[in-house]
Amino acid sequence: MKKSIEELRQIGKEKLDRIGLRVGLEAKTESKTQIMVCGGTGCHSSSSHILIQNMKDELKAHNLDKEVEVIQTGCFGLCQKGPIMIIYPEGTFYSHVQPSDFKEIVEKHIIGKEIVDRLVLDEIKADPNDGLNKLEFYKKQKRNALGNCGLIDPECIDEYLALKGYEALHKVVTTMTQDEVIQEILDSGLRGRGGAGFPTGMKWKFAKSAQNDKKFVVCNADEGDPGAFMDRSVLEGDPHVIVEAMAIAAYAIGADEGYVYVRAEYPIAVKRLTIAINQAREYGLLGKDIMGTGFNFDLHVRLGAGAFVCGEETALLNSVEGKRGEPRPRPPFPANEGAFKKPTVLNNVETLANIPKIIREGAQWFANMGTDDSKGTKVFALGGKIANTGLVEVEMGTTLREIVYDIGGGIPNEKAFKAAQTGGPSGGCIPTQHLDTPIDFKSLAQIGSMMGSGGLIVMDEDNCMVDVARFFMDFIVDESCGKCSPCRIGTKRMLEILNRICNGEGKEGDIEKLEDLAKALKAGSLCALGQTAANPVLSTLRYFRPEYEAHIKEKKCPAGVCKNLITFTIDPAKCVGCSLCAKKCPVNAISGEVKSPFVINQEECIKCGLCLQTCKFKAIDKK
Amino acid sequence: MVDLISIENLEPLKEIIAQHKEEPGCIMPILQETQGAYGYLPIELQKVIADELNVPLSEVYGIVTFYSQFTLVQKGKYKIGVCMGTACYVRGAQNVVDRVERELGVVVGQTTEDKKFTIEATRCLGACGLAPVMMINEDVYGALTPDKIPDILAKY
Amino acid sequence: MNMLNIKINGQDVSVPAGTTILEAAKSINVHIPTLCYLKGINEVGACRMCLVEIKGGKSLVASCVYPCSDGMEVFTNTPTVRDTRKAILELILSNHNRECTTCDRSGVCELQQVSEDLGVREIRYMPNKEEVYTIDALSPSVVRDPSKCILCGRCVSVCKDVQGLGALGATNRGFEKSVEPPFNMALNDVNCINCGQCIINCPVGALKEKDDTDRVWEALADPTKHVLVHSAPSVRAGLGEAFGLPIGSLVSGKLAASLRRLGFDRVFDTNFAADLCIMEEGTELIGRVTSGGKLPMITSCSPGWIKYCEMYYPDLLDHLSSCKSPQGMMGAVLKSHYAQSQGLDPKDVFVVSIMPCTAKKFEVLRPELSQNGLPDNDVSITSRELARMIKEAGIDFLSLPDEEFDEYYGDYTGAGTIFGATGGVMEAAARTAVEVITGKEAENIDYEAVRGVEGVKAADIKAGDLTLKVMVAHGGANIRKVMDDLRAGKLDDVHFIELMACPGGCVNGGGQPIVSAQDKMDKDIRVERAKALYHEDKDVLRLRKSHENPSIKKLYDEFLEKPNSHKAHELLHTTYTARPKINNK
Repeated sequence: MKKSIEELRQIGKEKLDRIGLRVGLEAKTESKTQIMVCGGTGCHSSSSHILIQNMKDELKAHNLDKEVEVIQTGCFGLCQKGPIMIIYPEGTFYSHVQPSDFKEIVEKHIIGKEIVDRLVLDEIKADPNDGLNKLEFYKKQKRNALGNCGLIDPECIDEYLALKGYEALHKVVTTMTQDEVIQEILDSGLRGRGGAGFPTGMKWKFAKSAQNDKKFVVCNADEGDPGAFMDRSVLEGDPHVIVEAMAIAAYAIGADEGYVYVRAEYPIAVKRLTIAINQAREYGLLGKDIMGTGFNFDLHVRLGAGAFVCGEETALLNSVEGKRGEPRPRPPFPANEGAFKKPTVLNNVETLANIPKIIREGAQWFANMGTDDSKGTKVFALGGKIANTGLVEVEMGTTLREIVYDIGGGIPNEKAFKAAQTGGPSGGCIPTQHLDTPIDFKSLAQIGSMMGSGGLIVMDEDNCMVDVARFFMDFIVDESCGKCSPCRIGTKRMLEILNRICNGEGKEGDIEKLEDLAKALKAGSLCALGQTAANPVLSTLRYFRPEYEAHIKEKKCPAGVCKNLITFTIDPAKCVGCSLCAKKCPVNAISGEVKSPFVINQEECIKCGLCLQTCKFKAIDKK
Repeated sequence: MVDLISIENLEPLKEIIAQHKEEPGCIMPILQETQGAYGYLPIELQKVIADELNVPLSEVYGIVTFYSQFTLVQKGKYKIGVCMGTACYVRGAQNVVDRVERELGVVVGQTTEDKKFTIEATRCLGACGLAPVMMINEDVYGALTPDKIPDILAKY
Repeated sequence: MNMLNIKINGQDVSVPAGTTILEAAKSINVHIPTLCYLKGINEVGACRMCLVEIKGGKSLVASCVYPCSDGMEVFTNTPTVRDTRKAILELILSNHNRECTTCDRSGVCELQQVSEDLGVREIRYMPNKEEVYTIDALSPSVVRDPSKCILCGRCVSVCKDVQGLGALGATNRGFEKSVEPPFNMALNDVNCINCGQCIINCPVGALKEKDDTDRVWEALADPTKHVLVHSAPSVRAGLGEAFGLPIGSLVSGKLAASLRRLGFDRVFDTNFAADLCIMEEGTELIGRVTSGGKLPMITSCSPGWIKYCEMYYPDLLDHLSSCKSPQGMMGAVLKSHYAQSQGLDPKDVFVVSIMPCTAKKFEVLRPELSQNGLPDNDVSITSRELARMIKEAGIDFLSLPDEEFDEYYGDYTGAGTIFGATGGVMEAAARTAVEVITGKEAENIDYEAVRGVEGVKAADIKAGDLTLKVMVAHGGANIRKVMDDLRAGKLDDVHFIELMACPGGCVNGGGQPIVSAQDKMDKDIRVERAKALYHEDKDVLRLRKSHENPSIKKLYDEFLEKPNSHKAHELLHTTYTARPKINNK
């Protein structure tokens, strides 16, 4: 049933009475306790959905299912410690909760009102309540785009409405002109979160001024950077924000149809987004005559099919049109000729997630955050050699050090920080000396990296930077569409050179060849994928050139990663002849008499490192 | 696992096509649903799609071979997807792949002779917190080390 | 028109809105190299050879697709431009089978030309190991050598967009990207009509005709063989280009002379059979119109179109004229009437046709185009293959005297010669049909309405009280429009349709000499070559109507009796068979 704004507000208010305890309000309904369980992909992978079912069954068995609700939420961000559970009203923060823990939680916490100690992180052992505000991981964060993630049930539009959902759309369609909406976004200083950082308001302005009877809004949810998953988390945790933002964009530019192009690898995101669209249609928030204003807008979901290049906007449009996802030359820009040759605005998920709040709170609210160059907050997917893997949202201008050490908890296993990689395959590696750079679009570009979509992978002393450059080039070679010759052949040749270097066959002059090719790729490629493909090589060359030289000249991999350049040997002085390594060796390359030192046959050794992990006497040397 | 349809039976395919035919850019959803129903996209199915949509077979084939999720051949009963996202890679995913390959005697992209396993190096699964990660059909295995592989494979 | 003022290398130039940088540069004779660019057909900015710098721009842009804007300042010759183009060219060359000395395309290869222009002397980025490719030589017409393909996409665009087929397509992605038939099948097993448009639009030697010159040399050297040759209308409008003459040079005389020098026993002209074809087809049309036969009737001269119809419109095959093509008729007449009159055993007569067409190679293999187990024609070679034979024989083509074709089967009218241009068959048929129907000489025999390169043309031809509604289309995509309309019942009032598989008709056939994409920017070769034929028709030849060809009259008098006679049907008419588009069994 189509709802009026009053009805929507009433639904929201009633819901707020129920869920208010999550935002610090008094609970006004019969369910006094709400158990939030993360249903993001990371926690889902650890069977949080089974945990939820177990909890519900157990509560029912105790006749508590009326009083205690179990709610599946979007991502809390702290994936490393997942599955995460928060129990309101007290806000008890449990981590690493297993499906089998249901009984103990119900009996001890819910019924016995006692904390289940072993599920509480050391950091907050003393006082596990209100963990979201106490954990270092959350303290320095400013969650805007992720604001609702973890807070609401993403499959329930009423919860979204309770937290001012669709108020921005209402404000826009009932009180603002198209130009006013665009001006508000321009004033906010919001720049695209998908990589290039183009001002969002400008995109809208161009598309609005394009004359056409048909226009489209497209949401780019083809999050392809390996190691970035912020868009997925928004779609999983707060799908309605995307629906609302797209409707606002559509109103601003004069579009009546939209597509969300989302990776097929994100089944949960697709499911929740589809539910959200259906719910919005049911309430009349999508479709004809939205809020009685005569504004029409509807949305379709299109799935990607495994092509990184489709994150490039013109390639994405080709894919939406049912073609090979090869980029198109620009101009014409999508704002003039986009989907099906009609003017089109393409915005990334995180970009859109900021829109409703900017409209509600005003441009100034957003512009007050961040740096001169970059306003607002940015979500990073923190991964790699870091204690707290997960999703963090910080104000622009936060330093890398704060993210890595304060929020991320530093490098595990007492290893030394070596570099942080931002911007995925288009970005670069940032070394220790730049840890204190305040992060924004401009500063990252200056130090040879880029914002990209927000992947932030931390590397420690055990990572070989040549190997990392090779990894990204390998990815690009796989994902290059093959349309333009510099990217198609140039990346392949660069990979061949990098493979050579990593295999100990590097030659004098290889570094210069890499640099020449990088130049040609940057200047000559058709799209951003090719133009930036050499960045990981260039930035590692800039900061870790001696590591390349060691591979080429000394045939050594200082980090001990490149297999052709390392050898494993057994130190006879330390080996006690326990034979464990020989038993573990998958290729039987280790032999010897029990109780006397063993030896590794170098001809047969595949350098898997299992012996090193196995040996309890530190007798295995890796060089 | 859902039972796959035999490619002898073209009726479900025609239904899929009929359902989407009028949508602009319908070929992608048609291919996705067809692969979902039949498990793969051999020439027999692509020919029908080309004819029904009145496009050259080369166009259908060009799209199928562009996107890495489409497959021309039947996959094994169990699809092993080892995540090769950056987070997994820097935490040693390559060693995991190497071990899986060695255990099964086939390399990434191949299916074992008994059609039981297909190894795939997947793009980021987004479970970076559990890196390195591998999926066998719907089951997720995280925090992997190479020596865990034999026991995991033995479950299937 | 809205004009834009831009600067290229400091030089002012004024161009209409919508002009690309490449076109603007060309207009002031600033050369920008190209590879993937094919005017109006493949404008994709993929090869990146045409990169230029724009003042204030972030990266270089592909001038072939970048529109000029007012006040723009372009630089085509900066160090960055030169270095980048050269590096990219080296990359392309690093993945190209550089057997230039033995390549079919040597001398007319755009990649070779660009390499020379950019001064490439070494390739810095060679692969660790060479890729291995397989050559597809199963088609009787087209040979595909992927080791030379530079993935420019020109053949793909021509095949799909101009010809409406898509026998070839882009497959896979990244470095694995390839241009090939679906499932990497042989061209022979997919929806290829053998037209060879892919060949003449390939910048390199990745696509070429199946070379049959060895069989011709062999026959010429065989004393037991009486070797006849006949040359199609369009050959004389294109062949000169292979010897450096301007596009559209008419070389009928040198063509006859060169064939004679090559040692053919008799040098005949397919134009004779074109005139014969008009007699048969015209009569068939009048018959269908007057006695309620299947209408509209559609021409059957173009073997590419015939295969198209057999694959795509098997339900409409009965619209096709039953006439063999001029090549087929010529071979049939030579192996019957000529052999008889010379006292030769047809088994000893070896007929070679010179065609602007690669599909004719497929046509000669049709079992239905034979008599008593002997094919009407033994070998069909293209204009390009003939040019190679002339060069190989050491014949100085340009200094040859103009000679006549041998009499009788070498006699032809202007109607025969214009067969090579789109609309030509229709015009030739009209010239004869009108006079046959009205019984008196027509005042005007220049049917301008059916001439020119517009894709689909329609005209009314008045023949006394009768108005013949006719249509002409050329190029596969235009053919499909017409045929789809026909299938939908929209063309029931049309009497006669001329369809030619190649855009522009045979003058632009897949067997004609190669013209580079840069040269095609200035000149429409379809128009230039057609001009040569209309010039021969109007200014050179005495007779312009097929039914006035005295040798045609003679052939009917002494052998065939009359058009569409029993004898004519036996020798000059044929049948068609439906065939699958994709043969994967």
